[in-house]
Amino acid sequence: MKKVAATPGRPGRLEIYQHYTGKKKVIILLMSLLTAILAVLAINSGGMDLNPFQVVMAILGQGNPVSDVVIWNIRLPRVMAGVIAGAGLSVAGCVMQNNLRNPLASPSTLGISNAAAFGANMAIIVFGAGSIQSASTDAVIINNPYIVTITAFMWSIIATMIIILLARFRDFSPEAMILAGVAISSLFSAGIILIQYFAQDTQIAAVVFWTFGDLGRASWREVIIMGILVGLAIIYFMLMRWDYNALDSGEETAKGLGVNVARVRLGGMLVSSLITAAAVSFLGIIGFIGLVGPQIMRRVIGGDHRFLIPASALMGALILLASDIMARTIITPIVLPVGAITSFLGAPLFLYLLARGYKRR
Amino acid sequence: MILSVQGLEFRYPGRAVFQDFDFTVERGECLAILGTNGVGKSTLLKCLNRILKPRAGVVYIEKAEISKLSRTELAQRVGYVAQKHENIRCTVFDAVLLGRKPYIKWDVSRRDQEITNRVLKILELEDYSLRYLDELSGGELQKVVIARALVQEPDLLLLDEPTSNLDLKNQLEVINIVKKVVKGQQIAAIVTMHDLNLAIRFADKFMFLKNGNIFAAGGLEVMTPENVESVYAVPVTIERWRDVPVVVPQ
Repeated sequence: MKKVAATPGRPGRLEIYQHYTGKKKVIILLMSLLTAILAVLAINSGGMDLNPFQVVMAILGQGNPVSDVVIWNIRLPRVMAGVIAGAGLSVAGCVMQNNLRNPLASPSTLGISNAAAFGANMAIIVFGAGSIQSASTDAVIINNPYIVTITAFMWSIIATMIIILLARFRDFSPEAMILAGVAISSLFSAGIILIQYFAQDTQIAAVVFWTFGDLGRASWREVIIMGILVGLAIIYFMLMRWDYNALDSGEETAKGLGVNVARVRLGGMLVSSLITAAAVSFLGIIGFIGLVGPQIMRRVIGGDHRFLIPASALMGALILLASDIMARTIITPIVLPVGAITSFLGAPLFLYLLARGYKRR
Repeated sequence: MILSVQGLEFRYPGRAVFQDFDFTVERGECLAILGTNGVGKSTLLKCLNRILKPRAGVVYIEKAEISKLSRTELAQRVGYVAQKHENIRCTVFDAVLLGRKPYIKWDVSRRDQEITNRVLKILELEDYSLRYLDELSGGELQKVVIARALVQEPDLLLLDEPTSNLDLKNQLEVINIVKKVVKGQQIAAIVTMHDLNLAIRFADKFMFLKNGNIFAAGGLEVMTPENVESVYAVPVTIERWRDVPVVVPQ
């Protein structure tokens, strides 16, 4: 073909477009700033009376020994876990919604959360990793959290592999993946019921406690593992962002633009499942973020994955941080389950944006 | 010769769609694929673009066998406009810029943006560049997807019923744009169509498909009442209006 010469048309047009994309970059920048502010507020909130200045000084290594211990050993891992898990769950939802061509897809669509819960049930009830201690401030404790985490993670990965193997027969079509996910989800739910049927009351209490989802379970070790996984996942998703944009235009159009659709879907689902498995196994079930985070940002920033992926990650982090602050402060000293708060915060916001419609510019 | 197809065969499980297809397309040429619904027109286009994998046969684009090209390399040579396309929520500029996907490494370059801008100008879409796709009419939307295929800088354009669902004005506008680009840039276009009179207006060559075979292929000489009646099972006469043949169903 006679190649189209790269001569500028009307010079103003490109500048207008660049201004338009520049606005999206500003939104992402503001969200990053907001995440940092909320993180400081989240570290600041809790039983020990601190102010944001002391928090910042402690993070910079200039705090006093007591605040250093509280911030570095308790609050910072919790807040970092919130930022990372919120970003991971939300970005996984964003990619799943694209890959499965379904706006209702989220990390729980493929039954990964149910598989993790099944693993936790098995660890607590069959392997005896949980019990009740009435003298403790927390009535229910998990004796051996690592067995619970490892078993939950293992079953999440098994579920992912089964879904991918099943979907492979149908060339990774979205329908095949969703149906396989529904089937696997229901299978693990049945497994949970059966295990719980034969369990003691104390074990069931421990399992219910695990499923609540709690950022306080994360130590630096979990934060680092999750951080590496989510960080690598976001880099991978960003590398694939043009493929996801092409996929949004329809499968045939994407193939016509050179996208290997089956491979893109396999990669997207595998990586999304992996970060979901890590988040759920380490922290318990935190619902709604994977659905609501990307959907909110789709309405605010549009469907272009160049901007939607980082914006979804930041929105997930913001929702989980805000939820954790509320969970810890509404009826202090009782800490409410953060999973319930994410839904309380996310649902009305989501409904508001839905009613308001898409933002035009 | 820009495209050469030899012994192409495609079948779905238990059903042959077409077999032993041999044809060529030259630069600057528009080929209209004609035939009844379900005869395999769209399937043929998808086989030329490796969206579907043929059972047998080879397809050469500029002497390169398409099965040996990577998907990206193929997308740099063949632009495809599907019959159905999703109305994604993005601006016209972004939708057309997506056509540069086979060339984009990490991010869009200035050149990608300039080519997009240039094609938008050729298709008279530049005033719509920041409009959202769901604000466009059917004709404007069709021009956007053609623009997306053009920014791929292809040697060959494959258009699957580009004029279906368009009113008369938009039908003429779309085919005139494609014809202008094909002639002006000396590329080639293969278009599936149902309207025989529109095909006569648009194409240099015609290929009638029937029962999984090429029933007739060639220039205007194949547009005979016998061929049309045999393919569509509708008796027609061919009238002439200002030296242009017009197919009139009886």
